[in-house]
Amino acid sequence: MEAILFYLLAAVTLVGTLCAITARQAVRAIVYLVTSFFSLALIFYLLGAPLVAAFEVIIYAGAIMVLFLFVIMMLDLGHPEKMKTPRLSDWWPALLLLVVILGAVVILVVSGHPAAPSGFSGVTVREFSQALFQRYGVAVEIISMQLLFALVGALYLGRRR
Amino acid sequence: MSVPLYHVLILAAILFALGLACTVAWRANVIMMLIGIEIMLNAVMLTFVGGSAQWGMADGQIFSLMLMALTSAEVSLALAMVVYLHRRKQSVNTDDFDSMKG
Repeated sequence: MEAILFYLLAAVTLVGTLCAITARQAVRAIVYLVTSFFSLALIFYLLGAPLVAAFEVIIYAGAIMVLFLFVIMMLDLGHPEKMKTPRLSDWWPALLLLVVILGAVVILVVSGHPAAPSGFSGVTVREFSQALFQRYGVAVEIISMQLLFALVGALYLGRRR
Repeated sequence: MSVPLYHVLILAAILFALGLACTVAWRANVIMMLIGIEIMLNAVMLTFVGGSAQWGMADGQIFSLMLMALTSAEVSLALAMVVYLHRRKQSVNTDDFDSMKG
């Protein structure tokens, strides 16, 4: 059951991402990407990370994508005729990279022997927060300072002169 | 978890390749490049969470959380930069910002 759900969600994620990177309008790309992030959040939940899944929905699909949408609408970039779509000649290096990576994956699948899945049920919120605030307390402080600096930088760049 | 780590890593690799393709193919549009970077960072987070599920430790999830905070800082700065550039040249096309002749 879990395995079937995982493969379905993986398919939704890949199709959503594929639609996002080939969309002709930026707004559509954002909406496809939100779909992809929702299914990715469910994959995180299946992998035993409920907190990361919740943050994926709240921060990624909720905040970051809305920030993208806000900037696209503020700058009035929603018109497809204004957005320059890549020509076919722009796609071939990307397709080359894609083919190389997919070929590497296929070779791995053919030659490798997958390890058996571990009997792991998940990290509880208590374990997660103990590890986060005891072992990685300094990192939390540094991240908070980094967010403050990003805020100051964004304010400086965004003010009107 | 009943899915081998192997399949999670394959999914992450394909997602990373798609993000890379997006960044390379849409190199004329700053916003689509940023979207490609988001996809790549999500693939990296999936790798961390898959490793955490394989070995039963919380560290991978903590690093994916750090990655999320880092991404939000990066996106806020990058979008502020996009707004600034759009105010200067009325465009988000990277070909218009060639005053350094690079």
